[in-house]
Amino acid sequence: MQVPLSAYLILSAVLFVLGVIGVATRRNALIIFMSIELMLNAVNLSFVAFSRFHNSMDGQIFVFFVMAVATAEVAVGLAIILAIHRNRETVDVAELNLLKW
Amino acid sequence: MELLLFSGLATLALVCGFLVIVQRHAVYSALFLILTMGALAGLYILLEAHFVWAVQVLVYAGAIMVLFLFVIMLLNVTTEEVPWARRDLGRIGLALLLAVVLLGELLVMLFSGTGTATARPVSPGFGTTETVGRLLFTRFLLPFEITSVILLIAIVGAMVLAKKHLS
Repeated sequence: MQVPLSAYLILSAVLFVLGVIGVATRRNALIIFMSIELMLNAVNLSFVAFSRFHNSMDGQIFVFFVMAVATAEVAVGLAIILAIHRNRETVDVAELNLLKW
Repeated sequence: MELLLFSGLATLALVCGFLVIVQRHAVYSALFLILTMGALAGLYILLEAHFVWAVQVLVYAGAIMVLFLFVIMLLNVTTEEVPWARRDLGRIGLALLLAVVLLGELLVMLFSGTGTATARPVSPGFGTTETVGRLLFTRFLLPFEITSVILLIAIVGAMVLAKKHLS
């Protein structure tokens, strides 16, 4: 039996929401970062599913660009976390309150 | 058969995705995230996106997660106290509210659509490296070149940020 498009989209939505919960509840900057990756992956699944069901390659090209941007984001983000850890000895976002008014 | 594979991979992705956000230690989170990405790679096979599958395994489950694990082990972060052990109910409540609203919104959008999408037989060469490459160098040439600039900037930025002395 064939899997409908909505099944893929529901899975993608639930994975995205899991990522949102992770970003909202956790305080470890690294785990927040991984939750963001989870959200990016969920969106990629939507892209590929639409690409398959519309018989169009554009969605897969988009996934390629999303992955390139995600790679750049991870490299810079982890470098920022490294720099913060060197200066403040913590990756707990609740303790990084320099910009808090 | 397809439904069986989809159910298995979807369950694996959801369970591992949930475990990513509830782990106490970041290393376990990273390992479960690799499993989630592996399950998604399997789904890409089901969707006949062969090139995306290869890139998912190589770049996401491979390169990005190795970078994550490398940084986690480099920083040697102590285990974080998870929100439910802290009884930080305000934070959890806010997150759940956000999650319910967002999921509700997405599902309403999904089920308010009309008509059904059925997977038609794909055209020959769908999802192969050759097709993707051909598109990248013709219709999407400008975005492709801009991507290379983004990656160059990311490399330089990461080098500058990770330098020993930040003045």
